[in-house]
Amino acid sequence: MSTAESSTADIESLQKEAKDRLDAHAYETIQWHFHESTGSPFWLEKKAGLNFDPMTDVKNFDDIKKFPLFEDEWLRGGPINRWVPKGLAGKPVYVFETGGTTGIPKSRMVIEDHWTDYELFSDTLPDEYFPKGANWLMLGPSGPRRLRLAVEHLCQHRGGICFCIDLDPRWVVKLIKKGWMEHLEEYKKHCIDQVLTLLSANHDIKCMFATPKLLEGLCNALEEQGKTFKDTGITGIFSGGTEFTPQWTRFCVEEFFGGPPAESGIYMTPTYGNTLMGLACSKPVTAEEGYKISYYAPQPRAVTEVVSFDDPKELVGYGETGRVKLTTLTKELFVPGFLERDEGEREKPFATYPWDGVSGVRPFHETASGTTVGVY
Amino acid sequence: MLNIPVIRWGKPYDSLEIDDVLHFATGEPIAKVSQANAGIISRDMRQVGKARDTLRQIPCSEIIEILKKAADLYESATLPIGDGTQTPAEFAHQQSASTGLPEHMCRHNMSKNSFVLRNMQQILDCLTRGLDLNILTRGYGIEDRGVVLSYQAQASALSAVLPSNSPGVHTLWLPAIPLQMGLVLKPGPQEPWTPYRMMSAFVEAGIPKEVFAMYPGGPEAGAAVLNASERAMIFGGTPTVERYKGNPNVQAHGPGFSKILLADDCVDDWEKYLDLMVESIYINSGRGCINCSGIWASRHTKEIAQAIAEKIGPIEAKPPTDPEAGLAAFTIPGMGKAVWGMIEADLKEAGVTDMTEQYGERLVEQEHCSYLRPMVVHCDSSEREIAKKEYMFPFSTVVECPESQMLAKIGPTLVCSAITNNEQLIDQLTNATHIDRLNIGPIPTSRLNWLQPHEGSIIDFLFRSRAYQVTEEAQAAL
Repeated sequence: MSTAESSTADIESLQKEAKDRLDAHAYETIQWHFHESTGSPFWLEKKAGLNFDPMTDVKNFDDIKKFPLFEDEWLRGGPINRWVPKGLAGKPVYVFETGGTTGIPKSRMVIEDHWTDYELFSDTLPDEYFPKGANWLMLGPSGPRRLRLAVEHLCQHRGGICFCIDLDPRWVVKLIKKGWMEHLEEYKKHCIDQVLTLLSANHDIKCMFATPKLLEGLCNALEEQGKTFKDTGITGIFSGGTEFTPQWTRFCVEEFFGGPPAESGIYMTPTYGNTLMGLACSKPVTAEEGYKISYYAPQPRAVTEVVSFDDPKELVGYGETGRVKLTTLTKELFVPGFLERDEGEREKPFATYPWDGVSGVRPFHETASGTTVGVY
Repeated sequence: MLNIPVIRWGKPYDSLEIDDVLHFATGEPIAKVSQANAGIISRDMRQVGKARDTLRQIPCSEIIEILKKAADLYESATLPIGDGTQTPAEFAHQQSASTGLPEHMCRHNMSKNSFVLRNMQQILDCLTRGLDLNILTRGYGIEDRGVVLSYQAQASALSAVLPSNSPGVHTLWLPAIPLQMGLVLKPGPQEPWTPYRMMSAFVEAGIPKEVFAMYPGGPEAGAAVLNASERAMIFGGTPTVERYKGNPNVQAHGPGFSKILLADDCVDDWEKYLDLMVESIYINSGRGCINCSGIWASRHTKEIAQAIAEKIGPIEAKPPTDPEAGLAAFTIPGMGKAVWGMIEADLKEAGVTDMTEQYGERLVEQEHCSYLRPMVVHCDSSEREIAKKEYMFPFSTVVECPESQMLAKIGPTLVCSAITNNEQLIDQLTNATHIDRLNIGPIPTSRLNWLQPHEGSIIDFLFRSRAYQVTEEAQAAL
């Protein structure tokens, strides 16, 4: 047997194990969310309107396709408590919001999911660049956002202390919609100024989260001061969003960092996620692979699929383009197939993540022109 | 097929993001154009000062001579473009293929650009009102009449966010190089051809390549260019003009709403001006902001509209290689239909008559593109909605309006050709601030005299006249 055949066989075996784990997890999750004693009022009420019984008819992940697609509009407005599973009643609940520039924002309740998701993500970070015990900087949205608390928890989980800035993404979106670009620039500068102050205050910050635009803004501000990003002492960065493109990554690595991690000592990893799911990690991004970014969801807690634009139940072939569909399967939240506002190409499993991934993530072409991309 | 890189102060840069430029009629890719991300632009712009420093080493007079050579090269030579070369015939073919403009019009635009390059000395002499160009280089100097004066450069480069639809606009940024300003261009997605060929001609003629930056890309790239530039031009619609109104760093070029006014003292002889009106509407497929989109008169308007319709109504869409082709294609999918939809809605208003209706369907849809055949629409009053419209094809309204109300009703007008000998009206026209270029007499709106400023003088945009005092001894030494 050749090495190639062996590795293919290994991956197939890993894939099967992962699939079995996903099927078992899917079954357990459905049992939890639709059992009268543990399920949330929202899903228990929905159950009555379904033409199947989730408790008996959902035995594996594929059976989840029996549910209608999840509508994120259901998250708009309260009472928020209807989302809290009875089995978790009494636990302290966080609420994280998304959107909300105008009208009522969509809200998601969380108990510990954000901790779990970021602890799992923590295991994927190379200690060489994200040293345990290092202090972090959170250069992203503040307020009722999952990201702000999640990054702080990630930092604390790794033994560090997290420094944050004030950043209101809703104001950013408003500025863009109003065309107040001077104000937008000033607001960005206001955010970057907060960072420069923190970085000058001798807090020994070595790791950071940053949105691509703000990371770029920070690098530019440093260069205008005659410094480079390396001078900050930060060696590990994680970032995310559809603006995190291969070209942008290459630009950052080559021009702001001074080369790949082995040369510059700076490692940056992209992530993909939102309030509804955990954090999808990326396959290592290298110049050799053209800075290609492929994301893999934290299965079995969340699954991303690339599905046909015409039929969201149909997966596209590997390498083909489709819309990103998300399924979340945690004890806190069940999302049976939510069509993201993104599209991309379906990627093959590999040893680290023996399940499907998605690359080339970008705004869904039918809604892209109407989407205002703010800071993340 | 050409691969066209981003140019970063003369250095080619192949992006990981590539845009395919497609042939409008066949859908075949004709070039792959690297797309600049915004970060590259803002980072590069920190080096902009070097462009002016480099050009100031070459006297303006010498640059003007180099431009004459560049004019010849642009018009006649095989020039390096991206990873290949381009003959003048290939240029016209490629530009036509991506913009939809007939090839003979592309060739005509080439000669227009060359003409401007070749005559840069006279153009700058007129735009500066005879200023010694060394004063612009040094920032100060002394006039023949013994007065010290100073013109301070307000930027180190001129930036331009360019359109795809009208290759004629490129003449506006050509004076930047002889004024010793670097050039930062964001080409229109379908029209990378003129900026790249022009840069190639400049460099081959002897202008240092380090003074050029080309950033093809999406709207984000355009925004980055504007944001990082001290002086920039942008071409767009009315919202673009409104957005940058009052911003001294940005010169926004929007729709022209150019018009011909037939005053009461000449309107009875309207037939004498028929060819002039037709030329103003139809030349260059009506795409330019200087094409006429409204003819205003107090009487004979129906007859005028009818006569123009007879001339341009029967014109058919022809292949871009046909030397008789007079219409440019709409190359963006759905655009022709969308424009026609807007016109159809306006035609429903009472008092509005489509004078070209009898010459067949106006919207011609083909597999990969569409055409709109010329239109003349009569309006019985200036209050009709369509009287305020301009479209990117040979389209004009003929509006009935008393002469006494014309100036109050015409709205913003880039080029106004007023056919009149009425001194009082001429005086009012001269003082009307909503008219930019004013032609008095039977001059087509589309016929520009290059010795005149266009939408503000580029000298005023790039330089600031200010006080500069020196001692009498120093003045004597100047």
